[in-house]
Amino acid sequence: MKIIILGAGQVGSSVAANLASESNDITVVDTDTASLQALQDRFDLRTIAGIASYPDVLKSAGADDADMIIAVTNSDETNMAACQIAYSMFHTPTKIARIRATEYLELPELFSQDAIPIDVLISPEQLVTEYVQRLIEHPGALQVLDFAEGKVQLVAVKAYYGGPLVGHELRELGEHMPGIQARVAAIFRRGQPILPEGDTIIEADDEVFFVAARKNIRAVMSEMRKLDKPMKRIMLAGGGNIGVRLAKALEHKYQVKLLDHNLGRTRSISAQLDKTIVLHGDAADEEMLLEENIENTDIFCAVTNDDEANILSSMLAKRLGAKKVMALINRASYVDLVQSSIIDIAISPQQATIGSLLAHIRRGDVVVVHSLRRGAAEAIEAIAHGDKKTSRVVGRTIEEIKLPPGTTIGAIVRDNDVVIAHHDTLIEPEDHVILFLVDKKFIPEVEKLFQVGITFI
Amino acid sequence: MQPGAIQRILGLLMMIFSISLLPPVFVSWLYNDGAMHPFLWAFFGILISGFFVWLPVYKVRRELRLRDGFIIVVMFWTVLGLSGSIPFLLNNSIHMSVTDAVFESVSALTTTGATVIVGLDNLPKSILFYRQQLQWMGGMGIIVLAVAVLPMLGVGGMQLYRAETPGPMKDSKLTPRITETAKALWYIYLGLTVACALAYWAAGMTGFDAIAHSFSTIAIGGFSTHDASMGYFNSALIEAVAVVFMLLAGINFALHFTAWRSNSPKPYFNDPEVKTYLLILSSVAVISFVYLYFMHTFDSFGSTLHHAIFQAVSIGTTTGFTTADYYAWPGFLPVMLLFVSFIGACAGSTGGGIKVIRFLLLVKQGKREIGRLIHPNAQIPVKIGNKVMGEQIIESVWGFFSLYVASFSIMLLILIATGLNQVTAFSALAACMNNLGPGLGDVGAHYGNINDTAKWVLCFAMLLGRLEIFTLLVIISPAFWRR
Repeated sequence: MKIIILGAGQVGSSVAANLASESNDITVVDTDTASLQALQDRFDLRTIAGIASYPDVLKSAGADDADMIIAVTNSDETNMAACQIAYSMFHTPTKIARIRATEYLELPELFSQDAIPIDVLISPEQLVTEYVQRLIEHPGALQVLDFAEGKVQLVAVKAYYGGPLVGHELRELGEHMPGIQARVAAIFRRGQPILPEGDTIIEADDEVFFVAARKNIRAVMSEMRKLDKPMKRIMLAGGGNIGVRLAKALEHKYQVKLLDHNLGRTRSISAQLDKTIVLHGDAADEEMLLEENIENTDIFCAVTNDDEANILSSMLAKRLGAKKVMALINRASYVDLVQSSIIDIAISPQQATIGSLLAHIRRGDVVVVHSLRRGAAEAIEAIAHGDKKTSRVVGRTIEEIKLPPGTTIGAIVRDNDVVIAHHDTLIEPEDHVILFLVDKKFIPEVEKLFQVGITFI
Repeated sequence: MQPGAIQRILGLLMMIFSISLLPPVFVSWLYNDGAMHPFLWAFFGILISGFFVWLPVYKVRRELRLRDGFIIVVMFWTVLGLSGSIPFLLNNSIHMSVTDAVFESVSALTTTGATVIVGLDNLPKSILFYRQQLQWMGGMGIIVLAVAVLPMLGVGGMQLYRAETPGPMKDSKLTPRITETAKALWYIYLGLTVACALAYWAAGMTGFDAIAHSFSTIAIGGFSTHDASMGYFNSALIEAVAVVFMLLAGINFALHFTAWRSNSPKPYFNDPEVKTYLLILSSVAVISFVYLYFMHTFDSFGSTLHHAIFQAVSIGTTTGFTTADYYAWPGFLPVMLLFVSFIGACAGSTGGGIKVIRFLLLVKQGKREIGRLIHPNAQIPVKIGNKVMGEQIIESVWGFFSLYVASFSIMLLILIATGLNQVTAFSALAACMNNLGPGLGDVGAHYGNINDTAKWVLCFAMLLGRLEIFTLLVIISPAFWRR
């Protein structure tokens, strides 16, 4: 696919890096030549220096025959103008833009084809907020990802001694919990993927990915580890977009405290929020954390835009007695350094965002893509079309489908029912199939499975 | 430094290179010239040694770093230069020493076109074809070819590509993916070669000569299948064809690409480098013509005209075809032509020299310094066309130029020390470092009569010129090996 990415900031760069490795033709446009040079040195892509919304810049970036334009510059207005120009001058088929300001996002009619033609709006802050929110709702989970509008969830959890299933074979899962359906999609043991079979034994410290209907998630998690108590007291460090959105979403269910070091900012935040206690101070100020009962806090979540500050303040909070700490970390290499040792959960905004873009790049009718483990693994929700003749999945049971190595089908959503996959489950047309790929390099084969033959009209 | 990854790619490239020995086998079979066996032996030898270089490390898959790129490119050109000499050594119809064989092979690959062989007309056709083919592969760069063909060179390909392609601005990619860029370059290269071969053939060459000369014309090499070079044909039409294609091959291939994409010749006219390039060549042609005409070197107006134009273009683009004994021309002409070869062809072309764009930048930078003396407070940007050139590019051009001059001076002294006279040493070195070919004095017709040490120095000079100084000097700088 020919893709133009406007903006070489954090989102733009990580999208470019992810897509360039998948044999797409990537052109990145930005005004900052230094960050373009860095991208060009590391990845196989082309860069153009210039203002992203200017028609001649877009033209030299190859907008004439581009399949997709992803506008992720810092300015909402530039992103909108670029999509408008791509639409009217170059007829670019797919236009994706990042829009931050809620003032625009509140008006969905603004982004129709006859106004500002943007096909997909992404709002990284919103995605990250939802991501963190799900983690808080499922204490103990490392990752919680939604499929089929949240009917099915994929949960990553670390197995601990004391979980009833730890040390046992997977097939006992059904016996432990009669009436509850779940499927283990993959197990990562010391960073290496293991394909789960019925006789695979779960060990302590394994990272287990399982798929289950939303209501059953807690029950399944209780098999892997002693359940954490539900969260009550939450402290957020950083009053930026993410912090405020999180506070808004959480303040009615939990006791939320929000910290920011900028006095003016805290004043305007406190005006926006109802129940949250907004504090003015430094997140790494020991005295203040103690004063605010850090030792009784269930979760401390650092979401400033500074990686190092997030990591250090989380470490401090952990030492002072916070039960669980999370940190927002942009730099991918830091995530591996601190995840599940110093810090309980490292939140990578890139990974939360990239999935929503990947869903539009995958061939076949792919609705949801979640990128996992720094992009090495992927979870996909795809819709099966056609009939037994034209499709390679419809009308077949799961054991009949020729899945590439390292791929498992976790669940199927049919109309509104969640069917957890068994070897004899039959796939019907229009089923939403949820797959887990341990190795991203087999994605083309999965795409092929869900593409319908030419004879199907 | 990742020795495993370097070794793996080196092995792969050797195996690819060995395939290039099969066309001469076919030519030998076609003309039944009895020189087939050396090529077959060389083919198997290089294939098998490449295989054994590759085998122990075939599983090593690491991304290439910048340093690995330099090492691979330099090692590969050295290994190629040496293994390319094997068919010459094994051949019974020419008796060549190791030095001569390596010199011939390096001269071919670097598109220099300096030869040590006398009596080309009597050699087996397959050997003649092999020399031309080596030039052709060296022209666009066999590593660029490998990047186009081998998808697994992927990202690391950029490091190799950058180390091999000429020009000061190496980051400009024609297409988003390096593999596609390399392919586009080779399509243009191939297209030009086919067009050139057809034109030669239509102008009266035999099929074999047409193909052979098209190889060395588009590669800006200068090897011929005859001792008398282009003069053998004695045809103004063939010379005209050669002039047109030498000019085309000396233009930046990125421009060919843009022109081809947009279906219009406009990009050529708007490019300041091409304008300067044509201006330099035409003024050299006019000066040569006027001087030759008044010195009555040739009998008629017509022959003076076509000799002057052909020689100016051939030397100016660093091709090195000859129609007349230009080294015997009167007065300052031979030296002037040699000096023009220092400027050479455009960046991103197959030609040698320091490249027109660098020359242009040096001139403009010089002008700016004068301007600054007159207006001490003025801001004077260096512009090419309408684009302001960054300080970094200008600095790198100065660095390049100073290294060019420095390495030239050192090698010149070494050559004189080996016993060459000053004219021979200077012209041989200039002709080799600029990848031109024919020199003056003792090396006017061929390089057979100079001593072996000098030949090795010249081999080094040819590689230095082809890899644009930096790539080769980086390898021998101590900082490169410091961890």
